[in-house]
Amino acid sequence: METETLLLNMGPVHPSTHGVLRFKLRMDGEIIRDCQIVIGYLHRGTEKIGEMKTYLQFIPYTDRLDYIAAMPNNYAYVKAVEELAGVEVPQRAEYIRVLVMELNRIVNHLVFMGSLLLDLGASTMIMYGFRERENALQLYESLCGARMTFNYIRPGGVREDLPDGFIPKLNEFIKDMEKRIVDYEELVNGNEIFLMRMKNIGVISAEEAINYGMTGPSLRGSGVDYDIRKLEPYSIYQDLDFKACMRREGDSYARYLVRVEEIRESLHILKQIVDKLPEGKTINQRYNFAPNTGAPSAVTSYFPRIFTPTEGEVYSRIEAPKGELGFFVASDGTTKPYRVKIRSPSFCNLVALPKMVVGLKIPDLIAAFGTIDIVLGDVDR
Amino acid sequence: MITNPNAYDLIVAILNAIGVYNIILGFFQEQGMEYLLRIVIVLVEIAVVLVFVLLTVMFLSWFERKMFAVVQSRYGPMVTGPRGLFQPIADGIKLLGKEDIIPATADRWIFTIAPYIVFVSVLLVYIPLPFGESLILSDLRVGLLYIIAISAITPISILLAGWASNNKYSLMGAIRAVAQDISYTIPLAITAIAVVVFVGSLSTVDIVNAQQGYWFWIIPKWFIFLQPLGFILLLIACIAEMGRIPFDFQESEQELVAGFFTEYSGMKFAMFFLAEYAHMFAVSGIIVTIFLGGWTGPAIPIIPIQITSLIYFMIKTYAVIFFACWLRDTVPRVRIDQLLHLGWKIMIPLALLNLLVAAFVVTAGVI
Repeated sequence: METETLLLNMGPVHPSTHGVLRFKLRMDGEIIRDCQIVIGYLHRGTEKIGEMKTYLQFIPYTDRLDYIAAMPNNYAYVKAVEELAGVEVPQRAEYIRVLVMELNRIVNHLVFMGSLLLDLGASTMIMYGFRERENALQLYESLCGARMTFNYIRPGGVREDLPDGFIPKLNEFIKDMEKRIVDYEELVNGNEIFLMRMKNIGVISAEEAINYGMTGPSLRGSGVDYDIRKLEPYSIYQDLDFKACMRREGDSYARYLVRVEEIRESLHILKQIVDKLPEGKTINQRYNFAPNTGAPSAVTSYFPRIFTPTEGEVYSRIEAPKGELGFFVASDGTTKPYRVKIRSPSFCNLVALPKMVVGLKIPDLIAAFGTIDIVLGDVDR
Repeated sequence: MITNPNAYDLIVAILNAIGVYNIILGFFQEQGMEYLLRIVIVLVEIAVVLVFVLLTVMFLSWFERKMFAVVQSRYGPMVTGPRGLFQPIADGIKLLGKEDIIPATADRWIFTIAPYIVFVSVLLVYIPLPFGESLILSDLRVGLLYIIAISAITPISILLAGWASNNKYSLMGAIRAVAQDISYTIPLAITAIAVVVFVGSLSTVDIVNAQQGYWFWIIPKWFIFLQPLGFILLLIACIAEMGRIPFDFQESEQELVAGFFTEYSGMKFAMFFLAEYAHMFAVSGIIVTIFLGGWTGPAIPIIPIQITSLIYFMIKTYAVIFFACWLRDTVPRVRIDQLLHLGWKIMIPLALLNLLVAAFVVTAGVI
């Protein structure tokens, strides 16, 4: 029988493309013969905006990159600026930064679990995930007034100290989460249909994953021990006890398990931070980072809004929940960056998707796509 | 051949009991139009069933949403009426007010008629469904065969809807639905035959009657205890027939947007919606009839058996529906090829084995 391939245009308006992503699929019946990814529907020119705003003004824009987990975006940019300007950060601020980032990792992975299960047709998990996420968001709200776009981490520290009652509420959250995560594993991991849909689907080998530039949990699912928190410990990660979660299979299930395990590790980190949290200032009140421009050294109650780092360039990277998030910031000695380049994990991980799904079926595309965990705000920038 | 009493006889009996039947009959006989009375009574039956189906659909959609909400620790519909009970009415009014869009490239005629075919084919399943003692529209001698045959119309109309929409998602959803229906009607039919072997009749009433009584005074003579394997197979096949998670391929929201009814809106969409829930109730009723003893249950003094049997039937049917909803709340969707694999390579051989054992048992005269 003579058959033709069918060009199926999936997206940008589709229930499970996690935003405005478009796949151009060449289908042979249910089987995907070719998969092209079309992006750019959410392009906002964030990098160009970075050149037009002062160093501090750009921080809120980083919130809008990966809006599921915005704290690491804040931090990655601020870290680059701090390295550029040579700002020292008080110890308490570093602890708070790691605290909010790890909390955000949990939030991200909860949304990941929920949306993955939703993509597979089980709509209960997303409600559970969002229920726990709500508790975390309320913590954030008490911390900085915002639930998703925080604008909290600043060069030299954090915007505000922890509010009263934050730590007890956090402890409650940790205790609650530790119980819930067991429930979720019971609900999801042992489910025969879930395993059928996830195991040996969307397999990518370690070598291929590296060649495609995958990072984060998606790469660790393929058996590459690559966690920037371990390789290049930044902030206070060298003082913390945690392990980089890794699986060898490289399939959708492995990528899922890595993230579930990371929730546990993040809870473990949070507990250590609660124990170790030092007293002190939360923002560097003395700045004298530009000796050669002759900028005055001064002590203020807040970090200055406008400052001029020395000429130079910095690439700094962190382990965001979705993978390696890097900011390249170049300074020409003025109050605005000369260039901001964002290396976003979602973008780099997404590129590997066609490799995973060609030869599989549409439902597998949705499942594999769910497990690489992208956010379109992060892909398009 | 003795025919089992059906709803027509029941209406006549009720009219007799209040002493008006002969008066009405006399009136019609005077005009020489006795057949008109039959038609009127049948029309009344149809009206009752239609109203019942509509009410059931409304209640079911509320029930499912509410249950879904409870599982997910939400409230669900709360605003319209007590505990949101009138939400389906509000939904219906909303759908009535929607623009009825027919895509420019669609086949207008088929596109329009397909939802009605689906709905009618589902309604036809209600004819031989025994709701209770003599509460049956028509006790067809080929009842079970009829149900399976009528169910086979649904995939055709789904294919019509998918094809006429001229949308790739619709077409894929329709093709999936047909592939699924074909591969699950077969194990469904074979499992049903295994029960027929015991009963010796295809009539749904005879099947229920065969399940009356108890073994050892305590275990009801339901076929679920005779053929547990058959029950499991039938349950899986029926959930696949209903097209619900984990087998909701005709819809596959996350993959195919909305499957075969992607392009439908307004009342045409409402027809599919009605058909889906009406089908869900009908199929659950069939499961109850074949394996869970139908309307049988301990008799309660004073209350007429017609009422108690109806209550038993409803309880059992809602238990099956509860299970189907529960499944939807918990498990993901399987993949289409895994579903076909399950249907052809596992369920059909098991169903045949079940039939073989049943035939052996009956031939050897064990029961």
